[in-house]
Amino acid sequence: MIFLTRRATFSASHYYWNEAWPAEKNEQVFGRCANRNGHGHNYTLEVTVAGEPDPITGFVVDLKWLKAVIEREVLAAWDHRHLNLETPEFAAGKSLPTTENIAIAAWNRLQPAISAAGGAQLSRVRIYETPEIFAEYRGGA
Amino acid sequence: MSTAPKAYFGRRYLLSASHRLNTDALTAEQNRAAYGKCNNPHGHGHNYVVEVLVGGPVNLETGMVLNLADLDAVVSAQVLERFDHANLNLAPEFARKVPTTENLCRTVFSLLKNALPAGELAHVRVEETENNFFECYGEG
Repeated sequence: MIFLTRRATFSASHYYWNEAWPAEKNEQVFGRCANRNGHGHNYTLEVTVAGEPDPITGFVVDLKWLKAVIEREVLAAWDHRHLNLETPEFAAGKSLPTTENIAIAAWNRLQPAISAAGGAQLSRVRIYETPEIFAEYRGGA
Repeated sequence: MSTAPKAYFGRRYLLSASHRLNTDALTAEQNRAAYGKCNNPHGHGHNYVVEVLVGGPVNLETGMVLNLADLDAVVSAQVLERFDHANLNLAPEFARKVPTTENLCRTVFSLLKNALPAGELAHVRVEETENNFFECYGEG
């Protein structure tokens, strides 16, 4: 089994706000991230797929294809967008656009397309919010 | 009935410290042979990067495995205040251990393992330079 990773970057804004909480609690738990005017990051997305190299091409997957899947499924929806205001998964009352939830949402966007191709399987999604902060999701519960 | 999925939250910290690789179990000559320039008598330093990865269910109210500020406080108290801008050879944790980055990695794992405010410690990675790093997934 070989693990292959493709990186992509996108820029987006967000804020953290739990609609079920009073303003005071949001500010206490989320600090500066609760500023309702939002703030932004240059995110780096790492998509890792696992599989056996094709006996003819030697590829686990064609990287051009994987790049196109990432662009179509994730970047087209998130790049240069406000995650809370412009994406269905992070709309008010849905999940908060934390790094953890962004990793899970990216997995949910990528997994059907990668699975449908019938070759390598999605193994891990890692998202860097800054070079020092990241989250990853490996699927499952 | 929580159906929160499990995810991992990672954070990288900078730690500057000095060390000298030398063990009483070897002669001076053997230490030089084993450790080369890392055995130079007055020690040397690194800008270590300590990467901490914590796994756990994503809290449905906060969207977090754990709050970054809480993790920072624990890593600061357990690791950075102990080792940042210190000579590792003089730290009690290395009184009977050579402060190789392998041992530093394992020591950091042990210091954090039971101190986390939420989740479980999945790994500690210590990067000694840009070209070498060490990972620990447990105390064994």
